[in-house]
This record gives sequence, structure tokens and C-alpha cells, in this order.
Amino acid sequence: MKKSAKMRRQSRFRLLIQLCAAALFNGYIAGFAKNKIYTGKLKTVCVPVLNCYSCPGALGSCPIGSIQSLAAGKSHRISFYVLGTLVLFGTVLGRLICGFLCPFGLIQDLLHKIQTPKLRVPKTPDRIFRYFKYWVLLLTVFLLPMLVTDRFGRGEPWFCKYICPAGTLEGGIPLLARNGMLRRLAGALFTWKAAVLCLILIGSVFISRFFCRYFCPLGAFYSLFNRFALYQMHVDHQACTGCGTCAHVCPMAVDVLKNINCGECIRCGKCRAACPEDAIHIGHRQTRR
Amino acid sequence: MKRGIQNLLRVCGITAGAAMLCLGVYREETEAILHKAVKICLECIGIG
Repeated sequence: MKKSAKMRRQSRFRLLIQLCAAALFNGYIAGFAKNKIYTGKLKTVCVPVLNCYSCPGALGSCPIGSIQSLAAGKSHRISFYVLGTLVLFGTVLGRLICGFLCPFGLIQDLLHKIQTPKLRVPKTPDRIFRYFKYWVLLLTVFLLPMLVTDRFGRGEPWFCKYICPAGTLEGGIPLLARNGMLRRLAGALFTWKAAVLCLILIGSVFISRFFCRYFCPLGAFYSLFNRFALYQMHVDHQACTGCGTCAHVCPMAVDVLKNINCGECIRCGKCRAACPEDAIHIGHRQTRR
Repeated sequence: MKRGIQNLLRVCGITAGAAMLCLGVYREETEAILHKAVKICLECIGIG
């Protein structure tokens, strides 16, 4: 009983942080009122989360969109500015950003709260599908925008154009809903993107963090830092009874006891709150008390 | 992962991140990003 209260408290705390982060990254209220996007200098700042810069409320730039726009440009440049920002955030926080700050992660968490039977993907296909996000990062964010070009030498932002559900949800739907001209321009591509969005939203109802697990290129990038990021977690194996509660509540299906700092852990803290022995800690402590 | 290697990777990560960020600002990438971000990205919203 005491533990469930602790879990509720932790869940409310995380939800509050997620809502504050979403409001901070999309704080341009006038954009929603006027159906226009923010055009001020703040847009030079790259946010550390997947948040479309064409969302009417977006105050900063999406890192994934920015990398592609520079890679697809005539000079096909690697964006050191964006990569540097992501490396800094990754080294300090790792995937804590996915668990606490990402607005699209929040949407998936809320969808997963809908009362339906939940799917637990069998281990082998789950492990194979998780590699897909690394291919999404490598191919659609870096290689295809640089290598597939038109006769003027310009590439396309492949991830934004063909996959990104955040762009459709946060930018496409609000803008098209109130702009007849944009609605008239929408064709097969918008239908495709809407279908991808629907698939991901429906998937998120049944599989927790469906997009983060299998498709998110930003999650793939941050996962490279989880093992050595400053923010670490630790299982006190002397206190642990091996009851398996931590693995059962993990939304990313991480084997908490074996590998709590693996690249898949989004640092949501559910395992820590659920542990009946208080055996999971933040930091490097080797023993309890 | 051993603590020593972790610490080394952290120092490398923070140093490399800061250096890349400064290099990006020096190469005026922020202007290129601003140029893209202040216009509605038609690809992002599914117009193409």
C-alpha cells in the first residue's frame, strides 16, 4: 500500500515535469491563436527533444529537423552546432530527456494510460525491432538527405518528410485545420504521414513508448550515452530479493537487474518507485546505507 | 563499465560537445538553422 502511494507520487511528479517541459518548448501561445509559427531569434536555440519547429507554439528548433536541413542543403554540411548540443545533453542526462522532457514521449505515455489490454512484445522480435531506430537515424537523418539529391544538388529531409509523427501531430494538423490554402495543397504525402501518425498513436496505446522503442532517431542517439552519462542508476544487489517487480513495471521492457544502465532505459524511475526493498538508487552507490 | 572509463568518456563527451557547439556557432550554422526554422517546413507538416 505504501509502495503504490510512492509510485503514484513519482508518476505525478514525472507528469508535472513532462507538462512543464512541453509548455516551455511550445510556449508561443500567440502562434496557436494566430495560426502562425514563431519567427524570433530564440529559434536559433536547438531544443534537446523531438519537437517540430513548425508547431505554432514551438520556441526552439528541432534537432533532428535541423540536422537534416543542413545535410540536405547544397553544401551538405554536418551540423556541429546541433550535434554538439546533443552530445552535451546526452553526456549529462542520457535518456532522462526521453523520460522526462520529450513532448512526444508525454503523448505516448498519456495514450498508454487508456484502459485496454496491453501487449508485451516477445523478447526476440523486440530485440531485433529495437535496432530499427538506429537505421532510421543513420539513413533518414544523415545519409539519404546528403546522398539523394535533385539536379540542383539539394536533398530532402527524409525523416521529417516521410516518418516524423511529431511534425504531423504538432505542426501539420494544427496548421492545416485552420488554413484552407495549406489544406488544398495536402495530397498523397499528407495521407501517408497521417497514416504513419495513426499507426504510431494506436501502437502507443497497446505497446508502451512504441515510437521511442522502435523508431525514434533522437532516442537512438541518446541511447549511445546512457552507459556513461552523468545521470546513472544502480541496483543494490545485497538488498534486492529478485522479485522482478522492477522489470514488470518498466515501460521499455528493460531487464533492470541485469542492465539498468543500458541504452533502452529512459530513466522514468518507475522501477525505483516500485521496488519493495528500495534497492534501486540514482548514482553509483555500491551498497545500501 | 568501469568507473575510470566512464569518467574518461564523460570528459571526452563534454569537451567534444562544447567544442562542436562552438565550431557550429563559428561556422554560422545558427543562421542557417534560424533561416529554416522561421518558415513553415512543408515537408515536416506533410505538404512536401
